[in-house]
Amino acid sequence: MTTTWKFNSFQRYFSKILFMEALEKLGRYSLLLYRSLRSLYEFNTYKKNLINELLKIGYESVPIVLLTGIFTGAVMTIQTAYQLDSAFISKSFIGSITAESLLIELAAVITSLVLAGKVGARIATELGTMRVSEQIDALESMGFNSVSFLVLPRVLAGLIMFPMLYVFASISGILGGLAAGYLSGAVTPAEYVEGARALFYPWDVTFGLLKAFVFGYVITSISCFKGYYASGGAEGVGNSTTQATVLSCIYVLLADFVLAAVFL
Amino acid sequence: MIEIRNLKKSFGSNLVWEDVSFSIEQGETVAIIGRSGCGKSVLVKHLNALMYPDSGEVIIDGRNVFDLEYISLRKMRQRFGVLFQGSALFDSLNTFENIAFPLRYFTELNEEEISDKVMEALELVNLAGTSEKSPAELSGGMRRRVALARATILQPDFLIYDEPTSGLDPKTSEEINQLIISMAKNLNITSIVVTHDIHSVLKIATKVAFLEDQGLHWYGTVEELRDSDNEELMSFVSASEYQIRN
Repeated sequence: MTTTWKFNSFQRYFSKILFMEALEKLGRYSLLLYRSLRSLYEFNTYKKNLINELLKIGYESVPIVLLTGIFTGAVMTIQTAYQLDSAFISKSFIGSITAESLLIELAAVITSLVLAGKVGARIATELGTMRVSEQIDALESMGFNSVSFLVLPRVLAGLIMFPMLYVFASISGILGGLAAGYLSGAVTPAEYVEGARALFYPWDVTFGLLKAFVFGYVITSISCFKGYYASGGAEGVGNSTTQATVLSCIYVLLADFVLAAVFL
Repeated sequence: MIEIRNLKKSFGSNLVWEDVSFSIEQGETVAIIGRSGCGKSVLVKHLNALMYPDSGEVIIDGRNVFDLEYISLRKMRQRFGVLFQGSALFDSLNTFENIAFPLRYFTELNEEEISDKVMEALELVNLAGTSEKSPAELSGGMRRRVALARATILQPDFLIYDEPTSGLDPKTSEEINQLIISMAKNLNITSIVVTHDIHSVLKIATKVAFLEDQGLHWYGTVEELRDSDNEELMSFVSASEYQIRN
């Protein structure tokens, strides 16, 4: 009886601590974003960094996004062909399902999960290193708004570039699917294109773009938050980077579910 | 003039200091000494509100820095130059760009004028010819000097040095000490130096603040320090292997 009581109070105590900690982190995250938004007008401060980040997040991610798109589309086509292997189902359905799945889900989600590793880890490491080596303090002590200088351009670049990368991933995925269907003999290009066009709805693209926009925000803002508040030297930066990547992936999946539940 | 009034700071349940109060007059060089972990660096981070206290005030020209709105605070911070313990140079920029950084954002100078000012600053810290080098290519002493050039490029009223000579060889430490003296003299800057190095303190400081027992234990001029019979202060001084009385 006493042991159970002790265990329950122990559990309550730790739940309370965890809850307070989560609440504190949420507060700090919200404050960081509020400070970012408040400094939107300081364009001259972050202009150069914004251009730099647009190139790093966008241009430098194009190869990995194209590669991810091509293989996702190719695998999708081969697996769909395997599952729909019936004389009663038209082969054009392979193109319909592949294109639809890419536009509505895979191009945005898989690309974002890959970019959580590439972009998110880079942002968290950069800001974390700047934090532990006092470079952020140096910026503040010079009279800079470090948030508008470091956080805002990264989040803005994510919001702008992720939808563009989604377009690249979708196109390369559809073309990858077409090539895989042709090379494996599962579906002819004409049937594939016919199927893809038959079930194409413009809303799917809008929804995919919206998803990419949200995922861009989730990944860049979480990574900035983890890096900006890193502490504890090299180990601390390592932990922040790991947390940024893992949390970005989890919140991308969570946001994916919420968006699907609300808009579909 | 900087006036520190009844500053109290703790991190969670760990009290750093209970009550710190003293004033720094224009043109003075004040050394803040004390054991590792007594809150010297924390104290100087309060002067330009990089950290906030539990209670207390830092008054600069009649205004409490902790009451300033963020925009006014940023303007006030521009009156400070800070030389951080690890130099805090921006990795992505070379020596020239690091020093030019505040000029590009806070002045209307054109590129030619900026270049002249940076070269002048590099000469002042005896680093002419290193403008294209990245921070990774510089030695510890050179990085400190570049950071000093960057900290003084906007001609601040106050200059904070956080452990300027720690980890440096005696010769380089001496060069840094000479730079601190010449900066204070030539630019009439009020300097606040955090250090363990009593040898440096005796060379560069006009006043000394000794932090001990979670508070300001002793505050006075260097001459008073030499004649002091305060046991804890003398124990700290003698432990630094410098025979002050000889």
